[in-house]
Amino acid sequence: MTPTRALVITGNGTNCEMEAAHACRLGGFDEAKIAHIAEILSGEVRLDDYHFLNLTGGFLDGDDLGSAKAQANRLKNANVSGSNEKLVEQFTRFIAAGKLVLGVCNGFQLMVKMGMLPALDGNSLTQTVTLCHNDCGRFQDRWCYLKADANSPCIFTKGIEKGIYLPVRHGEGKFLTDTPQTLERIEAGHLAVLKYSEADYAEPTMAFPANPNGSTNAIAGLCDPTGRLMGLMPHPEAFVHYTQHPRWTREQLPQDGDGLILYKNAAEFVRNNLL
Amino acid sequence: MPSRIEIALKAGVRDSRGERIKREIEQFLHLPVGSVRTIDVFTVDADLTRTELEAAASGPFCDPVIQTWSIDLPQATGFDWAVEVGFRPGVTDNVGRTAREAISYLIQRPLTDGEAVYAATQYLLSGQLTREQIETIATGLLCNTLIQRYSILSAADFVAKRGFPTTVPKVTGETRGQVREIDLEVSDEELLRISKEGVLALTLEEMRIIQAHYRDPQLLAERAKQGLGNKPTDVELECLAQTWSEHCKHKIFSGTVQYEDEQGNKQEIKSLFKSYIQRVTKEVRANMGDKDFCLSVFKDNAGVITFDDKNSLVFKVETHNSPSALDPYGGALTGIVGVNRDPFGTGQGSRLIFNTDVFCFADPFYDKPLPSRLLHPRRIFEGVVEGVEHGGNKSGIPTVNGSIVFDERFAGKPLVFCGTAGLMPREVNGIPGHEKSIKPGDLIVMTGGRIGKDGIHGATFSSEELNENSPVTAVQIGDPITQKRMFDFLIRARDKGLYRFITDNGAGGLSSSIGEMAGECNGCRMDLAKAPLKYPGLDPWEILISEAQERMSLAVPPEEIDAFMAMAKRFGVEATVLGEFTDNGVFHIQYGDTTVAWLPMAFMHEGLPPMQIPARWQPPVNPEAPPQDKDDWSADLLELLGRLNICSKESVVRRYDHEVQGGSVVKPFTGVTNDGPSDAAVVRPVLDSFKGVVVSHGICPRYADLDAYHMAANAIDEALRNYVAVGGNPDHWAGLDNFCWCDPVLSDKTPDGPYKMAQLVRANQALLDYCVPLNLPLISGKDSMKNDFYDGNVKISIPPTLLFSVIGTIPDARCAVTMDFKRPGDIVCLLGNTRDELGGSEYLAMQGYTGTTVPKVEVTTALARYKALHGAIMAGLIASAHDLSDGGLAAALAESAFSGGFGCRIELGNVRFTGDQRYRTDEVLLFSESASRLLVTVHPAHWSAFEEAMAGTAFSQIGQVTENDALTIAGLSGKTVLHSDLEALKAAWQRTLKEL
Repeated sequence: MTPTRALVITGNGTNCEMEAAHACRLGGFDEAKIAHIAEILSGEVRLDDYHFLNLTGGFLDGDDLGSAKAQANRLKNANVSGSNEKLVEQFTRFIAAGKLVLGVCNGFQLMVKMGMLPALDGNSLTQTVTLCHNDCGRFQDRWCYLKADANSPCIFTKGIEKGIYLPVRHGEGKFLTDTPQTLERIEAGHLAVLKYSEADYAEPTMAFPANPNGSTNAIAGLCDPTGRLMGLMPHPEAFVHYTQHPRWTREQLPQDGDGLILYKNAAEFVRNNLL
Repeated sequence: MPSRIEIALKAGVRDSRGERIKREIEQFLHLPVGSVRTIDVFTVDADLTRTELEAAASGPFCDPVIQTWSIDLPQATGFDWAVEVGFRPGVTDNVGRTAREAISYLIQRPLTDGEAVYAATQYLLSGQLTREQIETIATGLLCNTLIQRYSILSAADFVAKRGFPTTVPKVTGETRGQVREIDLEVSDEELLRISKEGVLALTLEEMRIIQAHYRDPQLLAERAKQGLGNKPTDVELECLAQTWSEHCKHKIFSGTVQYEDEQGNKQEIKSLFKSYIQRVTKEVRANMGDKDFCLSVFKDNAGVITFDDKNSLVFKVETHNSPSALDPYGGALTGIVGVNRDPFGTGQGSRLIFNTDVFCFADPFYDKPLPSRLLHPRRIFEGVVEGVEHGGNKSGIPTVNGSIVFDERFAGKPLVFCGTAGLMPREVNGIPGHEKSIKPGDLIVMTGGRIGKDGIHGATFSSEELNENSPVTAVQIGDPITQKRMFDFLIRARDKGLYRFITDNGAGGLSSSIGEMAGECNGCRMDLAKAPLKYPGLDPWEILISEAQERMSLAVPPEEIDAFMAMAKRFGVEATVLGEFTDNGVFHIQYGDTTVAWLPMAFMHEGLPPMQIPARWQPPVNPEAPPQDKDDWSADLLELLGRLNICSKESVVRRYDHEVQGGSVVKPFTGVTNDGPSDAAVVRPVLDSFKGVVVSHGICPRYADLDAYHMAANAIDEALRNYVAVGGNPDHWAGLDNFCWCDPVLSDKTPDGPYKMAQLVRANQALLDYCVPLNLPLISGKDSMKNDFYDGNVKISIPPTLLFSVIGTIPDARCAVTMDFKRPGDIVCLLGNTRDELGGSEYLAMQGYTGTTVPKVEVTTALARYKALHGAIMAGLIASAHDLSDGGLAAALAESAFSGGFGCRIELGNVRFTGDQRYRTDEVLLFSESASRLLVTVHPAHWSAFEEAMAGTAFSQIGQVTENDALTIAGLSGKTVLHSDLEALKAAWQRTLKEL
């Protein structure tokens, strides 16, 4: 049987590669490769050989030009050695092949700034939304309740009943759109798949700290209209086992953490559609 | 022609950076300000076409959703004052570096050496402010003039001058490779002048030793062969000054001490380090026999102990105090990325798994006059917290444990302790991971950042040495991303076996790293002209001792050099071959073909005789605090919980990523609403294993006002209490000692040196007396001995401070315990005995007293208790465990209760008290800080098993967890003496630093 293969890109300030690869394996991927961006630019590793691309959290280039901006520029302009190809062509080919991309935190920022999300008209290279400095003006590490939209086309969140509980760890997570129309289309298409809420997952909230950054419409996670590209500020890879939960010593929790379902869904999608 | 690119926020977009500045101006400078908005400025000094500039401005520099861009056109409108802040020439400019790289991707060519991008920030302020007030805002908040420049324009001037001029903070200079000879055949006064004016910090005795060295005919003959005269070169003198500095050589810890105690008993101690610290580890390792788990102690950049079958555990804690006093942000940032290089450069290299940080500050709300050269404690607080935040978060290393200690004397010098742990394979390519070697013929390779004038002469500089066009020489700004790139490369190079030896470039720069490495094989030859420079104009001695950051030094076998260099190139890491290691016994430095230093290794490393230091102990006399008797202590507890040393530090801790890498098991916060203070951290560094690392610390400088011996003993005990409270294994623990002292060497400036030195001796005696019976090896540590402020007028010395960090393991992290009460009905049990030991307590400090009865640690009973508790935790018998420290039993009860969301009913009559019964009072039982005590809760069904587990140790049931939300304590009379609802207790605990 063909193995399911996940790729995690690291380098230039990416941080969460190990736990992301671990989550992919726990979620059912046969292989989870951590590749340094240098290995991709040198042509040693090709995106084409994988089914699921993870763009993980971190501080790409120190977020010096705004979060993930410098890496977005690098991916768009850098050439792959020994070929006539720009790296961005591997990305567009990957997306066009119906494969999966998950961007977490800095990876979400990268997807948004490259234009991979929300990609409303299938245009995945024009930026229409952004993630900017939290309203509180500070980096925040805290756990948040995320209400899921059951009507979303997102393949990663299938089967989430009400919501999931995950940590956020960012200074630039406030979601904004370029125009009200973009926001309307996101909402109408059920693309804002995860929204900050209180513990009951009842309603999206704008109140700090449940909404840690002041995101428009409390948007924490977003997918494209195909549901195969997803980005979110909270960290699903940081909650795949109960001991990662902040209250595991006082609550009865299942073995798996809430974040694992995203990786399980990805693996299942790959098995059913991409092999 | 350089261009200015401005990036502004679109109208209507919230400027959270500006809002924060506005808040700080109001809260910190007490000036009224209408609004603050910010603009990012990039000065591009490169040969670009207009189209290329536009592509940069509109592409990587600008977020089109929220920002607008302009080229050579000011965007600022609607303000009263504009302040622009940028770096001085030569200061590390991370944003500028990233911008430069972004442009080179865009235009498909690298920028040339002379081309660069410089970042600056424009602040637009509106409000009724005078120019003088704007100056205050600029220098008091927006700009650290040591490293940054600023200019101010009123709205009218801004229009008249069409905005700020284009400023290019380029370092101008020319590399001439100058080497001077210094004549040491001069008078003693002249020798001292050479040392002082050259910022060499060498004493007369040390200068004379060097003078004598250059009279040795055999040496002079050798030198003649190398084309050197009979006078030392500046390269040699600077190199010796670095190698022999207190910072590198630890002259106080290796000196000979004449110690006299209060009874007049005299003792000569040859090296505190050897007599106490090293001896501890030697004795513990001997006592442990085949259970010895130490792998590498003291000899490397960090200590190494065993972890599991495949991995070893590495830990180091450093301080970065003086730089943080001058530039809190840069100093602290450099502190954290600097200590990262220690475990990374230990053995053949380790993967970094967590950071710890402990800060000692003066009161951030301090409102009395300060000596003019000192920064306000609030500014230090803000800068240090942000520096460590950026250093840790950007490096992807979780900050899992720490604390903030407050004492007014830390206004003289803040203490910034930064620790980093790593995990290394037990074996790398068939060689134990913690071992490394150098063979003669191996190549000297430097990787990472380039060399500039950063950090030359460490912190001994003064601001008048700076001018517009001279690079800042003492303050460094760390660059976590350059370092991370280097680590990403080196860890892969390690696994491929491409190098044989690795170490960090820290204090003393290459002179220190290559000097130490050359000691491994007895010699080296290095060409400084090969070293990559940030800018021209450095002389050879500057290249040798620069403390420019983000560099590692390696020994690469010649047969691997091509593979090593090719891999470095692919990973975008600069690597340079500087020479080779030899075995000819000489530290041989060239500049091109010219020899500029020829120092025999033996003289460099063993030429210095030990310092002679007097020490005399006289116990201090403090007034006794009058005992108090009250019917109601509730208000005292509320006030105590709000004290700086006890209150919640959540506003700081939430800014640190404590969960990256996915291994966090016990986080800094716990409890029903994720805001209770954990005692220690538990981390799983290997995600498919449940073996955990436990890390904790103890620090109690207040007790040093009574006796530094007990200060040290309590610091050790506090670290161990915290460690066992979460489930740490007492059979697998190791300690790190970090001493921060005020200058203890008798001199005109320090007439009380013998007392301070006696304090140091006593703290060391405590290490020996406690660590050996505890089987607690010391594996690493550091000392920082000059933590005083003196401007010729005011002297502020910090309280002698030992930070004691403990690292160890928990066999199964799923057994870890947290400090929050878990359920009503659980039995509240106090482990250990309480004594009349209010001396040095936070409770007495609240009343302005130090007191007399400092807590004393009973080592044997403490160890038995900790081992028994560990057994009970691993058996699943403990619902919650919390250590008793600042604020005593009352504070611990309040914390466990409000963290768990359940109240409790306690009877002080059931607290075990030992000592003179006259002192068994409600006051003592509530607030005494007697050592080795823990508060645990136990489910009634587990009680008999718990009793069995704890048999032979002192413990008593003191109450029960209740359903209601009140802490109720009955006094010795049986009447309620303390009653408060949890909400009030928590609010008091959270209020103090909530807004910082």
